[in-house]
Amino acid sequence: MQYLQQLEFGNRYTKTAISLHWLMAILLVCLFAVGIYMHELPLSPWKLQVYSWHKWAGVTAFILVLVRLAWRFTHRPPPLPINMSRSAEIAAHAGHALLYTLMIAIPLTGWLMSSAKGIQTVYFGILPIPDLLAKNKELGSLLRDVHEILNFILAALVIGHIAAALKHHLMDKDDILTRMLPQRKR
Amino acid sequence: MMRKIIATLMTALAFSPLAQAVEFNRIQADKSTLVFVYKQMGVPVDGSFNKFAAQLSFDPAKLSTARAVLDLDVTSIDTGSEEGNDEVATKAWFNSKAFPRAKFESASFKALGGNRYEVTGKMSIKGRTQTVTAPFTLNQQGSNAIVDGAFVLKRADFAIGEGSWSDFGTVANEIQIKFHFIAAAAK
Repeated sequence: MQYLQQLEFGNRYTKTAISLHWLMAILLVCLFAVGIYMHELPLSPWKLQVYSWHKWAGVTAFILVLVRLAWRFTHRPPPLPINMSRSAEIAAHAGHALLYTLMIAIPLTGWLMSSAKGIQTVYFGILPIPDLLAKNKELGSLLRDVHEILNFILAALVIGHIAAALKHHLMDKDDILTRMLPQRKR
Repeated sequence: MMRKIIATLMTALAFSPLAQAVEFNRIQADKSTLVFVYKQMGVPVDGSFNKFAAQLSFDPAKLSTARAVLDLDVTSIDTGSEEGNDEVATKAWFNSKAFPRAKFESASFKALGGNRYEVTGKMSIKGRTQTVTAPFTLNQQGSNAIVDGAFVLKRADFAIGEGSWSDFGTVANEIQIKFHFIAAAAK
C-alpha cells in the first residue's frame, strides 16, 4: 500500500510546494534579522524606512503562508518514510503544525502591534490594512513583547526543523531532506 | 403710534437671541483639542499638543474687531511614542529648549457664509514666522461656541525636521493641524 501510494504521488513535494517553502525560508530569515536589527536603531528616517519594509515583508509572509496552507490542503504531501517510529511521526506533525501556527500568529501580532502603536500598516505604502485595535500604548508594548517571544520560539523551532532534516539525511539516510530540495536539471 | 411700534420692534430684536451679538472669549482648555496628522512612509499618524492657551474674542457680527491668539507649549507635543517625543524636542525638529513656545496671532477674519469663517494670521514656530490661513466653523451650543477647523502647515517653512529629516520621502512636508475649541460667551 505504502509502495503504491508512493508511486501514485511520487516521493517529492510539488515544484510549487518546494518554491513556496524556500521563498518562505528566505523571507523568515530576512524578517527575523531585520527585526533584531531595527528595534535598536536610533530614531531616524532610515529607521522609519526599515520598519515599513519589515511590515511590508511581514504582510507578504502572511499572504505566503495562506497560499502554502491552501496548496497543502489541496496537494497531499509525500508520505513519511515507513521506518519512522510513531513518536517521531507525531513529533514531525506537531512540529509542522506549530511552524504554521507561528507563521500565522507572528504577522498577526505585528499587525495588531502597529495598530495599537497608532501607526497603521500600509502595504507597500499603497494599500492600507485596517486597524483592528485602537491606539493604546500599554497594549502596544505588550504586543511587542508577544511578537518578540513568538519570534524566538519560531527561531528555536526552525533550528529544530533544520536539525531534524539533517538527522534524516545523514543518520537515517532517507529522502526527507532531498525531496524538499530544488531538483537539479538532468 | 408708528414710532412706538418701531421702538417696540427694535427692543424685541435687540433682545432676541438671534439678533443679539455674542462675544465668545473664554476658551475651555480642558474641552478643547489641538491635534495634528502627518504622513510617515505614506502612513497617516496622529499626534497632539497637550498644553496650549488660547484667547478668543469673536463676535460673528463684528468680525473686524475679532481676535484670536494661540500660545502653545511645544514641549507638550505627543507624537504617540516616547522615542518620537524625545526626537521632536531636538534641534533638528522644534529645538524646544531655545524655542519652547509657538504662537499664532490673528490678523483678519472673513465670513465664508453660514457658520463658516476664515482666519488669517501670523504663525511663529522655532523663530520663524509665516502667514497662515485656516477655515473654520463656529456653532453655538447654549452659551458656548464650538469652533472646528483645520489647515495645512508645511514643516519646511519653519525648519521643523532638518538635516536627515528634511527629505519629505519619509516624513511628508504637509502637516495637517486640526483644532477644536469650546469657547464660552463673555459675561
